[in-house]
Amino acid sequence: MAQIFHPSTNTLSRLSIFGAAFVVAALAWAAGTWSRSSVATGVGVAQQQQVPFSHKHHASGLGIDCRYCHTAVEESSFAGIPPTATCMNCHSQIWVDSPMLEPVRESFRSGDPLEWIRVHDLADFVYFNHSVHVAKGVGCSTCHGQVDEMPLMWKENTLYMEWCLECHRQPEKYVRPRAEVFNMNWETPTDQFELGRHLVEEYDIENLTSCSTCHR
Amino acid sequence: MLSGYMTLSTRATAVALGVLAVAGSGCFEQDMANEGRLKPLEASEFFEDGMTARQPVEGTVARGQLFNDDHLYRGMVDGALAETFPFEVTADVLERGRERYEIFCTPCHDQIGTGNGIVVQRGFRRPSSFHVDALRAAPAGHFYDVMTNGFGTMPSYAAQVPVEDRWAIVAYIRALQLAQNATDADLGPQDLEQLGERR
Repeated sequence: MAQIFHPSTNTLSRLSIFGAAFVVAALAWAAGTWSRSSVATGVGVAQQQQVPFSHKHHASGLGIDCRYCHTAVEESSFAGIPPTATCMNCHSQIWVDSPMLEPVRESFRSGDPLEWIRVHDLADFVYFNHSVHVAKGVGCSTCHGQVDEMPLMWKENTLYMEWCLECHRQPEKYVRPRAEVFNMNWETPTDQFELGRHLVEEYDIENLTSCSTCHR
Repeated sequence: MLSGYMTLSTRATAVALGVLAVAGSGCFEQDMANEGRLKPLEASEFFEDGMTARQPVEGTVARGQLFNDDHLYRGMVDGALAETFPFEVTADVLERGRERYEIFCTPCHDQIGTGNGIVVQRGFRRPSSFHVDALRAAPAGHFYDVMTNGFGTMPSYAAQVPVEDRWAIVAYIRALQLAQNATDADLGPQDLEQLGERR
């Protein structure tokens, strides 16, 4: 009976055994790259909404404080999305004929809330609380980026666990004085490490890497 | 035997359903990132009005929410607008008032309360300055009442500013009124020195 494989296929089989390691490595690399790409994470992708609300215009253009609309951020786990009535505080008199704002006026007339598409959607098995972060000196821009420069909202960071842990392991690299939490133009000072260590002590920042801190 | 009476097409359907069930469980039932519970403001498909939580029965009074202190909650004392504050105005209260004033009031009333904030500059009806005689003489309860119930084109801020903060803002408005109408005689030597540097 004739041989099924020609002797030259020996080389092929050796090559494929050797090559398999590279294929596995390449697949792992591809998966890692994909999971960190903006396609998978949504980072840097502007989210279209029913009303093209611009944080850039309202926060940096007009200088309105984050807390004017996100009123619960200091008290609650959820920063709060403002009710239509908050929009109408000003837009009852400003831009009253703008077609762009028609959904806002319609919502105000009918009482049906505007439906915003969530940009920062944390997995449900993670406990997150805005108020404690704000109280311990984590600035808005540390996680959300320069929101006051975003015409449409996008996610500045992945919200992956590895990203959370970067700060939970070394909060002194990121915390700032409480008075600067809502300052969108805060820049990391050159003595951040010294300042951070001092603040970590002053604000009792501790117990950040226990599993049950976030998975409870 | 199952295969004994299953026709080819039913067997194919069964296989397809099995594959779908496995794929489906991967996509839906096993997706722990989106659990069945709803986050704040998420729409409910269960209730007709789409709200996640139910409203309490009308007339329900939750513990600690009787709100029967007229002075604190309505700015009224014996049926008239209160001249006094419902709690002591300390430096901390004033500081809180300044912070809250700058968040919620400056868009229209501006930093010093003359009523020329950025939103007014963009076309909103200009509010009265806090430094006119009528408002300098107005009782503290008047400002609290305006924040709570609105006044003219100004809507109520009750949903955005909690009760104690509203009073703190009233205290800060009083401070602004004092500051804008102060004379040199009202200032200490240190204030005068600082002012001299700027003049």
